[in-house]
Amino acid sequence: MSVGTPRGLASSGQKPITEIPHPLSAAEESLSPGPDVSISPGGDKDPELTNGTLVDGSSPASASSTSALLSRLQVEENSEADAAELYASTETRDLFVTVDDPKKHVSTMETYITYRVSTKTTRIEFDLPEYCVRRRYQDFDWLRVKLEETQPTNLIPPLPEKFVMKGVVDRFSEEFVETRMKALDKFLKRVADHPVLSFNPHLNAFLTAKDLNKRQGLALLTKMGESVKHVAGGYKLRARPPEFNAMGEYLDTFSQKLGTIDRIAQRILREQSEYLTELREYASVYSSWAGSEDELQRPLEGVAGCVTTCCGALEDLSENMSQDFLPVLREYVLYTETMKNVLRKRDQSQAEYEGRLEAAVLRRQEDRTPCQTAWESLVTVLQEKQTEDKTSETN
Amino acid sequence: MIMADSGSSEEVAVIGNTDITSTESENNIINTMVERGTSLLKKMEINVAEAEKRTGKNTVNMQETYTVYLIEIRPAESVTEGGTPAAPDTLWRRYSEFELLRTYLLVTYPFIIIPPLPEKRAEFVWHKLSADNLDPDFVERRRVGLENFLLRVASHHVLSNDKIFFLFLTEEKGWREAVLDTGFQDKVDSRLKSVSAMLRVKNPDKRFTALKQYSDELNTVVSQLLRVRARVADRLYGVYKVHGNYGRVFSEWSAIEREMGDGLQSAGHHMDTYAASIDDILEEEEHYADQLKEYLFYTDAVRSVCKKHELMQYELEMASQDLAYKKQQKEELVTGTVRVFSLKGMTSKLFGSETQEQRESRLSAIEQSIEEGVEAVMEKNTECRDFVSAAWEDIERFKEQKDKDLREALISYAIMQISMCKKGIQVWSNAKDCFNKM
Repeated sequence: MSVGTPRGLASSGQKPITEIPHPLSAAEESLSPGPDVSISPGGDKDPELTNGTLVDGSSPASASSTSALLSRLQVEENSEADAAELYASTETRDLFVTVDDPKKHVSTMETYITYRVSTKTTRIEFDLPEYCVRRRYQDFDWLRVKLEETQPTNLIPPLPEKFVMKGVVDRFSEEFVETRMKALDKFLKRVADHPVLSFNPHLNAFLTAKDLNKRQGLALLTKMGESVKHVAGGYKLRARPPEFNAMGEYLDTFSQKLGTIDRIAQRILREQSEYLTELREYASVYSSWAGSEDELQRPLEGVAGCVTTCCGALEDLSENMSQDFLPVLREYVLYTETMKNVLRKRDQSQAEYEGRLEAAVLRRQEDRTPCQTAWESLVTVLQEKQTEDKTSETN
Repeated sequence: MIMADSGSSEEVAVIGNTDITSTESENNIINTMVERGTSLLKKMEINVAEAEKRTGKNTVNMQETYTVYLIEIRPAESVTEGGTPAAPDTLWRRYSEFELLRTYLLVTYPFIIIPPLPEKRAEFVWHKLSADNLDPDFVERRRVGLENFLLRVASHHVLSNDKIFFLFLTEEKGWREAVLDTGFQDKVDSRLKSVSAMLRVKNPDKRFTALKQYSDELNTVVSQLLRVRARVADRLYGVYKVHGNYGRVFSEWSAIEREMGDGLQSAGHHMDTYAASIDDILEEEEHYADQLKEYLFYTDAVRSVCKKHELMQYELEMASQDLAYKKQQKEELVTGTVRVFSLKGMTSKLFGSETQEQRESRLSAIEQSIEEGVEAVMEKNTECRDFVSAAWEDIERFKEQKDKDLREALISYAIMQISMCKKGIQVWSNAKDCFNKM
């Protein structure tokens, strides 16, 4: 939605939230051209507003063209144009949020509704000018809780009721969903327009994070960069390919075994060196025995000589072990370390890749053309209405 | 090992078990070969076949556990016949009885180097051997040692004719009485036992001095050798056993490998084999140690012969000295000169000379004494000469035996080492093959 410029859009701007009339109260402000209103594609125009709460049925007959238009818009467009009307002001706004497009999700565990939360902004706290995420009621609740936690001195806008009595109200009826959605939208807009709250990092996360992992809290709020990086600990690989899993496990065990072999080899070297010491003494005893013998002198000297030769051989053996065998072992341990690093990088790449994929998919989901078309048609409608009014006034 | 002695009627006594495999008999260093055929061994074949534990009341009426050994006597001829040999005569003896026999022999034949018994307690052990007398390995080695002792005695041309020895082999119950009846204990000279007794011998026999010195040297060096050998065995054991750890690691490692898995697994098995092989190797080496020990204990027997000779020499010298003194006295008496101080001389000087009868009676007394003295000296001389000749004969025999036995022991030891090295090469070659195939 690049057509609608942020400038000049109706907004409460710097007004404190208390001054902003409740959407259910009579709206007296003038209407400005709709801002970040995302009209549902295909224009699911339900002329019947069965949800009475939002209908400004009792709109006083200040009957400004705006309120009438608003009603009509509401009826026709099922949009959040009233929010725009409410916050109509000439003050600058740089953060626009919308909640719409409810969708039902069915999973094995539960069934729930998600809403599309769209953001447009020029704020530098946001990496991108536009965001589009899906959120469910829980997420809004989370945001609210976080805002309460972090900014206890501010009044946090209310959320629609969390709990519904089963049997009394059907959670998935269109009516209910509509109502809720609108309330959520209002909530979000309020937060976004709030001078303090709108800069809350939790809001940022709420609006921008791909996967709102509520447990991470502020951990989510590391910069969401161009690469759609995954916040620390926040992103879990959906599925590491099994061969990489196997490789990782293999490397762990392999380096462990090599380490054990290294230790064993060193122990053997120690034992061998002690054996060598005793062996040398052994040879010398035979030698000294040979000194007191006649017939046995030669055999004993022979034995002494053999033992000494064995000592020499053992020395060579130990030397070779430490020169040739151990270094190779250690080299391979280092190799496994390097490989593990590579695996980690691969994991990261996969995570990045998946993240980008998701983002790209989501972006593709956005259908800007219908939005644009809707905008344009709205503008047309408004302009028509204005002319009409003017005409009727003059009449 | 049987060595046929062609021509001569001397038979060779086969020592040892009939259970020995060919490998074992090749390495049969436990029992030395006894070549000289004594009349005893011509008649019979002696075995210490078994060992058994017994419990009974000892002299202070307390329960004790001890081991008895079965001595088997077979008529020598039955061995050469085909078919089953005749049933042996058997009796049981315990170690203390062997000790008694040996003490008897020591006293009765002081000019013979009496073969030693196997050690009473395990000494020069490396860590694995237990010093417990009831340990089966120790008992087995002792059984072998006792058989060796009996055969050495039986093959000695002097000792084999001893009646008490014969009774020891044949008379289970009455033997003890018979030994004690000989009254040999009375002959034990306390001076022989005492090591520190220094007998001042004026003219020591150089040969015996040299022999004693050699015996002491041998004792020192063999003790040292046995000690170092035990330490070497200990260390070698450690080296082999640590290699066993390779087996475990290779096995674990092979689990995560694909192409290398089989090779590693097999190599691991070879490492295990290597580590396990040290037990048998060191077991065999114990026999070598036992042979060394036998000669270590032989040095004690040699020393005691030397000491006996020393004592004899001393007595001879004493007797000679005594005789010389008496002769001197006589001379004085005859010539009237007083060269040697005597109380009689003094008193006669002081109180006047004695009468002719007194002089003559004294003279005859001295002459009598001299005659006795001369006889004594002659006796001692003969004794000494006989002793020396008999002892020296045995010493020569012993030297030959020692040289031969120890040479064979060294050869067997070398063979053992070769076998050990070959096994090692085999294991490592196998492992290398496994690695090559990986």
